[in-house]
Amino acid sequence: MVNYIIFILVVAGVYALLAQSLTLSWGLAGLVNLGLVGFFAIGAYASAMTTKWGGWPIPLGLLAATVLGLFTGFIVTISTLRLRDDYLAIVTLGFAEVVRLVASNEIWLTGGTDGIAGVPSIVPRAWGQGYHVTMLAIVSVLAIATCALVRHLAASPWGRALRAVREDQVVAAVAGKPVIRLKAQAFSIAAAIAALAGAIYGHYTSYVAPEIYQPLITIYVFLAVTAGGVGRPAGAFLGAYLLIGFLELTRFMAEIVPGVSPVQAAATREILVGLALILLLRLKPNGIMPERNQKAPPSTA
Amino acid sequence: MMDGSAPVLVVDNLQLAFGGLRALDGASLSIPTGGVTALIGPNGAGKTTLFNVISGLLKPNAGTVILAGQDGHGRDLTMLPPDQISRLGLVRTFQIARGLPKMTVFEHLMLYGPDQPGERLWMVMTSPSAVRRREDELSEKALAVARRMRLDHLIDNPVTALSGGQKKLLEIGRALMAEPRLILFDEPAAGVNPTLAETIGDQLRAIAAEGRTVLLIEHDMALVGRVADHVIVMALGRKLAEGSFDAVCDNAEVQRAYLGVRAELAA
Repeated sequence: MVNYIIFILVVAGVYALLAQSLTLSWGLAGLVNLGLVGFFAIGAYASAMTTKWGGWPIPLGLLAATVLGLFTGFIVTISTLRLRDDYLAIVTLGFAEVVRLVASNEIWLTGGTDGIAGVPSIVPRAWGQGYHVTMLAIVSVLAIATCALVRHLAASPWGRALRAVREDQVVAAVAGKPVIRLKAQAFSIAAAIAALAGAIYGHYTSYVAPEIYQPLITIYVFLAVTAGGVGRPAGAFLGAYLLIGFLELTRFMAEIVPGVSPVQAAATREILVGLALILLLRLKPNGIMPERNQKAPPSTA
Repeated sequence: MMDGSAPVLVVDNLQLAFGGLRALDGASLSIPTGGVTALIGPNGAGKTTLFNVISGLLKPNAGTVILAGQDGHGRDLTMLPPDQISRLGLVRTFQIARGLPKMTVFEHLMLYGPDQPGERLWMVMTSPSAVRRREDELSEKALAVARRMRLDHLIDNPVTALSGGQKKLLEIGRALMAEPRLILFDEPAAGVNPTLAETIGDQLRAIAAEGRTVLLIEHDMALVGRVADHVIVMALGRKLAEGSFDAVCDNAEVQRAYLGVRAELAA
């Protein structure tokens, strides 16, 4: 049971990282990135391939994943500059599917649908429970540090300009803000964070394969950010833990609620998640922690 | 105001067609440095389109827009993106106040503040003190602008909580934050009550008195008569006439453009 809880907390930490990524690209810059899981996959593959087949040390593999995420994010931004809202959403969704299909079919490069098994672990697996506890510490620290970084960025003049781009990019441009540069920076950093999360998750579970990187992951992260607070890094962080906690709790529903068979419980899981989200947004339309506005200093005159 | 010095902005032979409609059809005009110049003309004359071209939101099919530089050299704005034009000291407002719904009055003002190093990622990470210092300067200025626009009691309110008139004032205030040399006002008094229109007129005069050049599109002729030093009339995508307000009002061609031509006269 302890190992199970530790495992869930590691997964929640990975989701918290993804939620920070989405807070930057969607929450602050307003770029609807339905391709989040694509960057997650790219990071996982980059680190798994370089460390398992290339023999690179793991820190270098993580770095390679982050840099490749940054680079791919930049390419996706400049190739979608004219797109906004639902158009961008469709293209980024397609991007993630392309990543998954390429990973499935380019067997010489990625190992195809068999995936890459035995991805090296960050700390020795032989430590048993110590392994999981150490990984929990690493992931949690990383998630907290990323959240602090995104908070710092969101509260800066850079974050303010980015929010203006989200609200109305014509006004942002007239205000003298370089809209394209701001979008490219936000989206690329967001992609790098997602890629790093993917790399860590790959090393933790030791297995990277196309079927892991389903669009449902992206949707879950959107749920977490929406519930926690769009444009509020701490809210997204909290939302990720709440979402994973809730998802896991619903597994035990068959035991808790009388008269529900395990099959029925499994079938109602997603319904419950949806219901919880609707209820939450009915009661707290801006999420648990709404976006923060910069307060004016007390007037001196 | 009109001292015969070099114009701050020279528009030469601008052409812009939307399909078969020639919104700008050889528009040529020059805006004197300092004072208030009003751009008037019937609906569809191409005034707002001209503003959109000058501020870089639309690219013309042909023609140039030369902004006099502080060093005496002019720059053609038609090649530049809107954010660069704003940073050169030319800022425009919007006819229908374009607020950023999730941002407060204070944030709107701060956003327009120029030269904030904290808008560069690298500086955010490496020079927090420089960012902080500029932020303090800008917030002092933002509070002053808010007082001037009588928005100081609403400073932390979201822009969606403002009345129509207050939105118009914020539109003016945030443009002022950018410290522009030339401000383009697109109907700053449209849809406001007469008292507020008068206040806005006073603000425009005060802005010109600070040494900034004001270019104004306005349909409220009482306001134009009160604040404009110089009036340019546009019709059918080009300049029709220019001069003092009274001279322009007496111009028969201008009257015809505004009121139309009776059938027997046209024949």
